[in-house]
Parts: sequence; structure tokens; C-alpha cells
Amino acid sequence: MKVLSIALNTFRENLRDKLLYNLLIFALLMIGSSLLLMRLTLGEFHRLLLDIGLGSVNIFSVLIAIFVGIGLVSKEIDKKTIYTIVSKPVARFEFLLGKFLGLTITLFVNMLIMTAALLVVLMAQSVPIEAVLFKAIGLILLECMVVTAVALLCSTFTSATLSAIFTLAIYVIGHLTADLKTFGQKMEGFGRSVLEGMYYLLPNLERFNLKGHVTHQLDVPLNELALIVAYGMAYTAFLLLLASVIFQRRDFR
Amino acid sequence: MPNSDFVIKTEQLSKIFKVGFWGRRVTAVDGLSLDVHRGEVFGFLGPNGAGKTTTIKMLMGLIYPTSGTASIFGHPIGDPQAKAKLGFLPESPYFYDYLTGSEFLRFYGHLFGLWGSTLEKRVDELLDTVGMSHARDLQLRKFSKGMLQRVGIAQALINDPELVVLDEPMSGLDPIGRKEVRDLILRLKESGKTVMFSSHILHDAEMLCDRVAMIMKGKLVACGPVSELIAQGTTHEVEMVIDRLLPEALERIRPLAGKVVLQGERVMVVLTSQQAVDQALCVIHAAKAKLVALTPHKASLEDLFIREANVIQSTKEAPVS
Ligand SMILES: Nc1ncnc2c1ncn2[C@@H]1O[C@H](COP(=O)(O)OP(=O)(O)OP(=O)(O)O)[C@@H](O)[C@H]1O
Ligand SMILES: [Mg+2]
Repeated sequence: MKVLSIALNTFRENLRDKLLYNLLIFALLMIGSSLLLMRLTLGEFHRLLLDIGLGSVNIFSVLIAIFVGIGLVSKEIDKKTIYTIVSKPVARFEFLLGKFLGLTITLFVNMLIMTAALLVVLMAQSVPIEAVLFKAIGLILLECMVVTAVALLCSTFTSATLSAIFTLAIYVIGHLTADLKTFGQKMEGFGRSVLEGMYYLLPNLERFNLKGHVTHQLDVPLNELALIVAYGMAYTAFLLLLASVIFQRRDFR
Repeated sequence: MPNSDFVIKTEQLSKIFKVGFWGRRVTAVDGLSLDVHRGEVFGFLGPNGAGKTTTIKMLMGLIYPTSGTASIFGHPIGDPQAKAKLGFLPESPYFYDYLTGSEFLRFYGHLFGLWGSTLEKRVDELLDTVGMSHARDLQLRKFSKGMLQRVGIAQALINDPELVVLDEPMSGLDPIGRKEVRDLILRLKESGKTVMFSSHILHDAEMLCDRVAMIMKGKLVACGPVSELIAQGTTHEVEMVIDRLLPEALERIRPLAGKVVLQGERVMVVLTSQQAVDQALCVIHAAKAKLVALTPHKASLEDLFIREANVIQSTKEAPVS
């Protein structure tokens, strides 16, 4: 219950900070691109519209996850609002979990609205809508949870600027881990161990990317999907655990 | 004997901060041992930078002691069982400014597991107690400093705590606000609560506290009932102002007085014993001078404060060891 109260309070903060205004830009982008792309052949048009739509949902959500994520905890410490929380019977990990859940709720609601807008545009252009589209969007949310957890972890031990840089770097490299592996295999000795270590340690974010499947109308079987979800959840839990351990030892000064 | 008579107990509590790139060590609290007893109002006094806030933050589990221990209600600090019976107002409070007055209190109520009509009643009561009922639907970002201080106090009382710790509760309040806080503290005491508060305003502490502790540079310099501390080592001074005092009469008073100040026709002397006062009065009477004023100086916490501060200052300046 305490975790939920903190989560809802965080969600309320996001709403009152007018975070959802990003949706207006999203809507304009969708309408604009569908008008611009109308002159292409029908097949290309449908594919591009899906690509741009999903891509925008992804980018907007990841940006929120990173830039709100790094401030989730560090802002409370800087503004000293955490003093009145930690002195109440709330364990530090409960606080962390609440903040994380709060941003997840924000991301979920934000994504729900974007998806609805995307569906309206797609239906207006009579693009066929397949189940894999919803699976893809679900995995974007999961990716955002991993990214939020990375941002949260960074912000428990370093400044906001460095957290942003680290999280962005991990996001970019996380999409290139397959390249890390192939690259590593071509190397010898130390360099190889480093790259392989990074491959196993960093999140493999490309796993959450189903855009190719959607534009080519390829479905993903449920058992495969379950595996990806389990991977994302486990990775998030691991990051939150690590963040809690660091956070538990911190002085709020 | 059960240790429940001690609400707060610290033993050799110390905090060393490492500041700057090179990790320069700053000792903020230095071997502090204190007891706060059940049901008392305890004043925690000291000049700026003495280590009051640092001590309170350690007690609240916000920072960890470098060494030493402390317990609240017999539980080690940070224990949720102790926190459940605790209310805390931080120094110059910063709060969630996007919440309204009532949302703010409701949120803290939830953290204690309070919901529904019990909570609503409590929120209304507290807003009324701190005189903020008119601001229940106003966002905290539109509050003045004193209004924030008031809802901050309300927040500290949401769980009807047995121990209330207030870090400078009077700061930012107008004279009426201060009086209200004083009354509130006395009401809390009457209902059997324990109150610990830090302050610079010695006058408030003198009026309110059963016992006070005074710290300077992180070290305890005095601790005990206010009346005892004031009596310690203070002499009762009397100030006399005299007009038309002839020079030869003045010369007879001079050896009696601790201090003599001449202001044209007027003479001001400070006497430090009853005997000196009696003799001076005889001289004045005989010389047909006019006694304009005779003011006994009541010793106060302020004297103690300034004396202790001077001791610290002189030991620092003296080139010892
Ligand atoms: N976060 C911090 N980092 C480094 N030094 C600190 C920190 N907080 C406090 N200090 C130092 O510790 C000492 C005690 O500070 P503290 O805030 O406890 O004093 P205080 O008694 O509350 O003073 P005031 O009456 O001004 O509120 C000061 O010398 C201060 O510089
Ligand atoms: Mg202070």
C-alpha cells in the first residue's frame, strides 16, 4: 500500500508537470506523416505509416523513461522532499519501488493514449491491424521499464548529467549488443573478454524490438514472447535490487 | 529498569563529513551523548553550524553515524517500529509543491496506513490546528514560507506520534505563528507526548523546555533543566543609573562597581553583589544624588550561550598543543 501511494503520488506529479503534453507533438507527427505519405504506393504507404507510428511511440516513451527516470530519486534528494518520506515507516527500497512504479504508470497511460491515436490514424487510412502490433507496443513498455531501471540505478550513485549520459549510452549500446558479440568473436584475448562480458552484462534491448515483424506482418509465437517478457522482468528486477543496495547505504545530505 | 523512560538515547554519536574533491574531513557531531526522557519538552540549542541538524538527521535515519549509537524507544535508529511512533519536521521544509494542502497531508497519512474517513477527519483536524484550513485546496507552490512551515508541522503530527522532533519549528513564522507553535508544543506535552526541538531562539526554549542541551562545534557543552543551567556560575548583576553624582561620591562607588560608564551628567554602574548595592545606595543617599534606575539583570540562557561560545572561541584562539 505504501509503495502504491508513492507510485500514485509520482504519477500525479508527472501529470501536474504537464508531461503528457508530449502527446500533442505525437499527434501532430502522426497526422503530418499520414498526409505527406499519401502519394506513395499503397504497400509502401502502409508499411511506412506503421514504421513511423511505432517508432514515435518508442522514441517518446524512451525519452520520458530516461529523462524523468534520472530525476525520479535524485530530485527528491536535491529538493529534500525525501526527508519526510524516509523518516516515516517506509523502507528505502519501498520508496525506490514506488518511484519506479509511478513512472511505469505514467509511461503506460502515455502509451495507451498514443496507441489509441495510432489506431485511429491506421483505421482512417484502412491499414490492416494485426495482433503483432499490440505485442510490439507491449514490448516497448517493457523496454522502457528496463531503461527506467537503468536511469534509477545510475541516479542512486551519480549526478543527473552523468546519469543521463550513462543511460543514453546503455540504451544505444543495448541495441547493438549483437554487433558486440560478432565483433568480439573476431578479436583475441583481452578485447574479446571485454566485449563478451559487455554482451552478457548489458541489456539486449534489440530483443524488445518487433517493428520489423509488424511492418512485414510476421507474428511472434506466444512462447517466444513469454521468454522475452521474462527476460525483461528479470533484468529490471536485478537492476532495482542493485539500486536498492546502493540506495540503502546512502547519506541524504 | 526498562529503558522506556528514555525516548531518545545517544551514545558517543559522531558524524564526519567528507567534503570536496580531496575528501577534507569536517566533524559535524563529535561524541554526543544525550538522553531525552518520556513526556518532556527537550530543547536542542547551539549556534549556526553547531551540528543540531546533523544530529537530528542521524536520529531520523537520513544519514548514518560515523561512530556511536542511538536508539529511539529502545529501537535502533531507522527501525520502522520506532518510526511509526515518530513525527518529524525537517529544517526549512521543502515539500511536494504540486500537491494541495489536503492532498499533501493525505499522502503522508497513507504512508502510516491511514485511509478513508479516519484520515479525512485527521486531515481536517490538523489543518485546523495549524490554522491552514483556508489553504486546503491551494497548491503548496503558492504557499508562503510560514504557511509551508505550518503544513510541515501538521505533516509531522499526522500519525498522532508519541515523539515529535522539530528542527527549528519557529523559523519563518510571524509572532502570532510563534506563539501558536509554542502553545501547540505545550498542548503536545499536556497530552503526554515527548517533544524535541532545535532552536536559536533561546527565549522560546527558556519558556518551553523542561530540559535543554547546548552543543557547540558538535560537542555537548551543557545539558540539564533550564533553571539549573541558568543558575550555574552566573552572578546576579544589578545596573544602577544615577544623576547629579559628585566626583568625590563617584570615587567612593568606583571600587564597588564592576563597570562604570559616564554619560555627561549621568552615571551608569554595574554591581555584582548585594553588599555592593547596599553600600552604593548609602553613598548615593548621603551625596544627595538622584537614583534614576535600578535594574536587576536576570540571568538567562542567553548568558550561558554567550559564555560557552566565548570559551570555545578562546580555546580556539589560544595557541595550545
Ligand atoms: N552535507 C554536508 N556536507 C558537509 N558538511 C556538512 C553537511 N551538512 C552539515 N555540514 C557541516 O556540519 C556542521 C554542522 O551543520 P548543521 O547543519 O548540523 O548545523 P546546525 O546546528 O543545524 O546549524 P543551523 O543552526 O545553522 O541550522 C557545519 O560545520 C556544516 O558545515
Ligand atoms: Mg540546522
